Amino acid sequence: MVDLALNNSKAHELAKSQREISIAEFFERNRHLLGFDNKRKALLTTIKEAVDNSLDACEEADILPEIIVEITEMGADRFRVAIEDNGPGIVKEQIPKIFAKLLYGSKFHKMKMQRGQQGIGISAAVMYSQLTTGKPARIISKIGAGHPALYYELKINTQTNNPEIISEHVKDWGKESGTRIEIDLEASYNKGRQSVDEYIRETAIINPHVTLIYQPPKGEQLMLVRVTEKKPVQPVEIKPHPYGVEMGMLIKMLQVTTAKTVKQFMKEDFSRVSDKVAEEILENAQVLSKTKPKNVTREMAERIIEGIRNTKIMMPPTDCIVPIGSELLERGLKKEINAEFYATVSRTPNVYRGNPFLVEASLAYGGDIPSEGGIEVMRFANKVPLLYQQGACAINESVCQTNWKSYGLQQSGSNLPQGPLVLVVHIASVWVPFTSEAKEAIAHYPEIIKEIKLAIQEVGRDLGRYVNKKKKVKDEMKKRSYIETYIPHISEALKDILALSDFAESDIKDNLSYLLEHTRGKLDNLEFNPEANTEYDENLARIGREEEERDE
Amino acid sequence: MSDALKQIKEAATKIYDNIKQKQKAELSAPIRSLNNVVYNVNPGFFELKGQTKKRTLTANTVKSFAQTLRLMSLSKQLIESEDIATKREAYYVSKNWDEARFKEQTESDSVMDDIEAMFQVNREQLGFIADEHGGSVAGQLIVIDKDTNTGEELRIDCTKFGSGSYSIPSDVEHLQFKTDAKAVIAIETNGMFERLNKHSFWKKQNCILVSMGGVPTRACRRFIRRLSDDANIPVYVFTDGDFYGYFNIYRTLKVGSGNAAHINEFFCVPKAKFLGITPQDIIDYKLPTHPMKEVDMKRGRDALKNDPFVKSHKEWQEAIKQQSKLGKRAEQQALAKHGLNFVVSDYLPEKLANRGSWLP
Repeated sequence: MVDLALNNSKAHELAKSQREISIAEFFERNRHLLGFDNKRKALLTTIKEAVDNSLDACEEADILPEIIVEITEMGADRFRVAIEDNGPGIVKEQIPKIFAKLLYGSKFHKMKMQRGQQGIGISAAVMYSQLTTGKPARIISKIGAGHPALYYELKINTQTNNPEIISEHVKDWGKESGTRIEIDLEASYNKGRQSVDEYIRETAIINPHVTLIYQPPKGEQLMLVRVTEKKPVQPVEIKPHPYGVEMGMLIKMLQVTTAKTVKQFMKEDFSRVSDKVAEEILENAQVLSKTKPKNVTREMAERIIEGIRNTKIMMPPTDCIVPIGSELLERGLKKEINAEFYATVSRTPNVYRGNPFLVEASLAYGGDIPSEGGIEVMRFANKVPLLYQQGACAINESVCQTNWKSYGLQQSGSNLPQGPLVLVVHIASVWVPFTSEAKEAIAHYPEIIKEIKLAIQEVGRDLGRYVNKKKKVKDEMKKRSYIETYIPHISEALKDILALSDFAESDIKDNLSYLLEHTRGKLDNLEFNPEANTEYDENLARIGREEEERDE
Repeated sequence: MSDALKQIKEAATKIYDNIKQKQKAELSAPIRSLNNVVYNVNPGFFELKGQTKKRTLTANTVKSFAQTLRLMSLSKQLIESEDIATKREAYYVSKNWDEARFKEQTESDSVMDDIEAMFQVNREQLGFIADEHGGSVAGQLIVIDKDTNTGEELRIDCTKFGSGSYSIPSDVEHLQFKTDAKAVIAIETNGMFERLNKHSFWKKQNCILVSMGGVPTRACRRFIRRLSDDANIPVYVFTDGDFYGYFNIYRTLKVGSGNAAHINEFFCVPKAKFLGITPQDIIDYKLPTHPMKEVDMKRGRDALKNDPFVKSHKEWQEAIKQQSKLGKRAEQQALAKHGLNFVVSDYLPEKLANRGSWLP
């Protein structure tokens, strides 16, 4: 007989070390996944998460964003950052949860083109601040004229993942509406390719409607003024398309649905599922239409996934994706880079795994761009700059797979091409597939790579035409100077042989110039004119440019 | 005014007039290649067919146009001052012409050939002379020349050079000849010439020996032509038994070249006959041979296909086929297999006596 009183089984032994992992521990162990791997990256991630939230909030409220970013050095490896927006503000009850509860938010698995996707970012920054400095995050928010500005000091309870309100009161704040967050953290400030400076610079390029006021820890405040007053069109939220759904998501959706039957669930919670399609899916899955969503077993869910795969379903609507548009994207690039030639394309939407997406690409060539070394690739996903993991990103892969030689650049094998080029690639989607939670690189879906390549090829061809034309003009100039070189020899020889006067000799020269050159037509002037680009903003171009460093 | 000078001025005037009227200027010259020559046994040399190439003054031709005119200008100066310049000197003069200077002498030589062809004159008339004279002479001949300083007549006895020889000057037009010799023998290599000279072969056979030293220079060709015409004696040619010897050397001496077809009339020896070494000699004399390389074989195929001289002489076509079949070539010196003096004692006397063994 087994003695139940003896707690010496293996399971009991293991149970002694089994306990609930606190949220703080979880964070400690997974900080690299969330973008806090090192001090330098922590500073960038904190600012990035806050700015992303501000921009999303402004856009949702249809406000032209004006965002202030301040970085203050408080001591060795200690910084204070403040991000302030003119957004709609946050209602009183939500403030503590949004900033001091991990995985809380409105965006989790929402099928809408927006910057944040997971509801993890800003609270992770608060958590990091708390763990490295012990200080609470300070928040002021105001939802409009006539409402009070609310001030909070917040911490996260690391055992329960719930907000702890350290202080709470009404404050005087001149702004009509908006939110300001102030966080102290252990960090380090650097310049270069993966710096906060670079993030600010690229954010200004990709958001032509945003005004950014940036105060770096040292040096002057920089004011980066919007190039357009036109607010971006509000993206529409769509229901997920069956082709994009995975097991975990399906089970979660089944749990929260209000539908009475699984058929109704299919029809109401997914896009492009009609009565007929729902029946076909369930028939293919051998699941009864009347089954209650709560009663769908894991095994049945697997069959539904299989059933979806075997059913032909119309692609999702693509009007939920809002491009920046080629005109604005190019103006954004012109603001930052003074080049000779620009080309931009905004492609029509496409679909990968049931998720609509679209690709935009813009390039700047020549002018002030250094001609030595590899090209600069700026990657963006839903208007957010991607600064890390370039090598692992589908954008990088697509650039390398493109044959740049035919566009007049140098390229050895399938490497990044060489030459004076800045390439911007933007992917907009209701669900951008990142390779990790830190949202640094885009996953290699063949449909996405194909679209990126098509976009690159489109701007590449424009570039090729320009480079060719430039080469032709250069050859022609060379030819003309070549002609100019030999004309005096002809006139001098004729003068010697025929004993002509100096006057006749210069007459020969003039006539020869006319005969050999003027018949060749007028030349386009393709010389770089630094004054030609009226969008160019030296302030913007200067930031993040003093040093070039990077770490992956 | 010399003919060449007149032509230079005429050509320059035409160009000047065109430029004055803002018209495209042009230079035209006969095409210098085997494709643009015809051959007839009478008069016996390559004549121009009349195809010309026109060079219009454009951006692409402006450099060679300038170089041609500058070289014409140099020629005019030389003629007027009664001076001369060797081809190499002319090339160095061009170094004063900045960007119009020639990079290599082959470039200036080619432009010079163009000017010659353009005006149908020879380069000596333009004031230019060859860098090498080429050609040594020994035997029963007195060359009558003038002292360059005093203008006094000089009689040069070509039997009196011992183991040395008389060297053909670059300009042979003023020379006169006195001889009782029965023939001129033109020899490809200096080595063979030395051997024959050492053994006074010219005395035994009462002839004049000329060493061509490879492809004969214009001076050498003109010398042989004038000598054989003046003295009314035949010319026999003795080369290696290969296609280079037959066509680059013998054919050039006899009928001229495609490249300088405009002057062939004066620089050819139509009466020359080929003595040896023939393909048949290789067999008859059991000569040691070398295998022919692909480039050698190609020379034979090209001659059959393109050379108007070969096309009009069946004997040569058969000789080429015979040798191509053998796939072998033999040098003059190969005769030494039968003894160093076999060529003097047996080969040449036998060949000279047997007309049937010659090639036309």
